[in-house]
Amino acid sequence: MKSDRLRRRHATAKIFRLLCAAVAWAGVVILAVLLFHVTREGIRWLDFQFLTEFPSRFPEQAGIKSALWGTVWLITLTAAISIPVGVAAAIYLEEFSPKNRLSQLIEVNIGNLAGVPSIVYGILGLVLFVRFLALGRSVLAGSLTMTLLILPVIIIAAREALRAVPDSIRQAAFALGATRWQAVRAQVLPVALPGILTGVILALSRAIGETAPLVMIGALTYVAFVPEGPMDAFTALPIQIFNWASRPQEDFHQLAAAGIIVLLVTLLLMNATAVWIRQRAERTGR
Amino acid sequence: MNTLTKSEAPISSTQQPRPVLEVVEVTIRYGEKPAINKVSLSIPQHRITAIIGPSGCGKSTLLRAFNRMNDFIPNVKMEGQILYMGSDIYVREVDPVEVRRRIGMVFQKPNPFPKSIFQNVAWGPSINGFTRNLEARVEQSLRRAALWEEVNDRLHESALALSGGQQQRLCIARALAMEPDVILMDEPCSALDPVSTARIEDLMFELKERYTIVIVTHNMQQAARVSNLTAFLENGSLVEFGETDQVFTRPRNKRTEEYVTGRFG
Ligand SMILES: Nc1ncnc2c1ncn2[C@@H]1O[C@H](COP(=O)(O)OP(=O)(O)OP(=O)(O)O)[C@@H](O)[C@H]1O
Ligand SMILES: [Mg+2]
Repeated sequence: MKSDRLRRRHATAKIFRLLCAAVAWAGVVILAVLLFHVTREGIRWLDFQFLTEFPSRFPEQAGIKSALWGTVWLITLTAAISIPVGVAAAIYLEEFSPKNRLSQLIEVNIGNLAGVPSIVYGILGLVLFVRFLALGRSVLAGSLTMTLLILPVIIIAAREALRAVPDSIRQAAFALGATRWQAVRAQVLPVALPGILTGVILALSRAIGETAPLVMIGALTYVAFVPEGPMDAFTALPIQIFNWASRPQEDFHQLAAAGIIVLLVTLLLMNATAVWIRQRAERTGR
Repeated sequence: MNTLTKSEAPISSTQQPRPVLEVVEVTIRYGEKPAINKVSLSIPQHRITAIIGPSGCGKSTLLRAFNRMNDFIPNVKMEGQILYMGSDIYVREVDPVEVRRRIGMVFQKPNPFPKSIFQNVAWGPSINGFTRNLEARVEQSLRRAALWEEVNDRLHESALALSGGQQQRLCIARALAMEPDVILMDEPCSALDPVSTARIEDLMFELKERYTIVIVTHNMQQAARVSNLTAFLENGSLVEFGETDQVFTRPRNKRTEEYVTGRFG
């Protein structure tokens, strides 16, 4: 009787485990197929020249230089604006602001903002940055729009990371006569840093692949120059990919595939850097 | 003074040097319910005062009131006064940060910062502007906390690699590095084995030469062993307060007797 029930429990556990494994592997397999397909399509075009040439009407001469640099500009500016603002907001909300109705309202709202479709941020960016602040179709306007888009994600992730820091650390700091800022700055932040970094990287990874808001604010689709300052016009990798993929010629489809590979490698590099920084932070934290 | 009746003797015969902390008619509430109810007592200098009582009677609440750590708990309200060296620490002009620099605290669970041993001890002094001779200060604090011999060859290794008892002594060293007047300890040995406990008790004996110590403990033997004075709390009220000898051998209150002899609580 008893061992019967035990056997049933083991069986349930086994079925559940198989189910989870199946789902996890399905994800991996789909990704692998996708990667394989893209690589086979695009590998032919992927050479040094592809990275150093501007787009062109002739597929043999077309490259992704302007889009790659546009993306680098876009992400660098976005990171420079969104990380300080987002982390500061999270620190304020988590460590300083009183916990009351208002802060709950703000919390719920930030959660909602994270779920707003990116095209809406594009419209906001168009009205606010491009037109009202007259920044034009500049890479700065794009970065500010991207900042709006990913701020909620950064704030939420950073708050989670701060909340995960044991209260005993704050207590220890306060009991030594630390002010709130001293406690946060020297003891809480270093412990939360790896978690904050993870959130930041996830958010920036999202920004790097976003197309809709950039199309909305009018990022150009054909750009034969590299932005030299924040006020220059720009294009970005996903836009260039979209542009090529929507042309009828097969060659351009393959160029799009090559562009996707560049995008993926950029993402991979970013994530690897993040993991590296995080591990360093964790090691020195010990 | 020598005309005092015997029943009053314990409190006044303490003949304590001047009180460092005085609690005057203090009531502390979380929301509505009082956790500490009209408690008055005074803590003499360079003595160890133990606070005992059943779980939930308000010992930690009272202890945290001494260095304003209750400020961090929402909805805490306090009435009455707590005087440190004769002046109220809850008036508006007093900066709680200043209070905590003078009145240090050691917590129930060792809570070292996830940094090196050196950084753990040096941080308090350095944020408070004592940056000269930091190394000497760290060494002195570790020596006073009876930890120096065990860690002097690995000061720059992580504090988290220490044993529980060593971590607790590190937390004591960290508090000592601020050169406080008073050290509050909330069940500092409850997470430790008997050997580490004995070491910390020895340490308290040495420390009371220089510091005033207030300790909360659930361990009757510990209270009897280490303290000079004992306060017995029950349901937020002070039931008895006097010389430890007297409280344990000739308690004036029936409840105290039952508690210290282990018949309840
Ligand atoms: N943060 C809080 N919010 C609300 N009530 C609290 C809080 N902390 C303590 N209390 C209540 O106050 C009373 C006294 O708590 P306190 O922690 O001071 O007891 P204690 O004597 O230290 O108990 P223990 O020996 O278990 O540590 C308890 O009834 C407890 O439920
Ligand atoms: Mg307690």
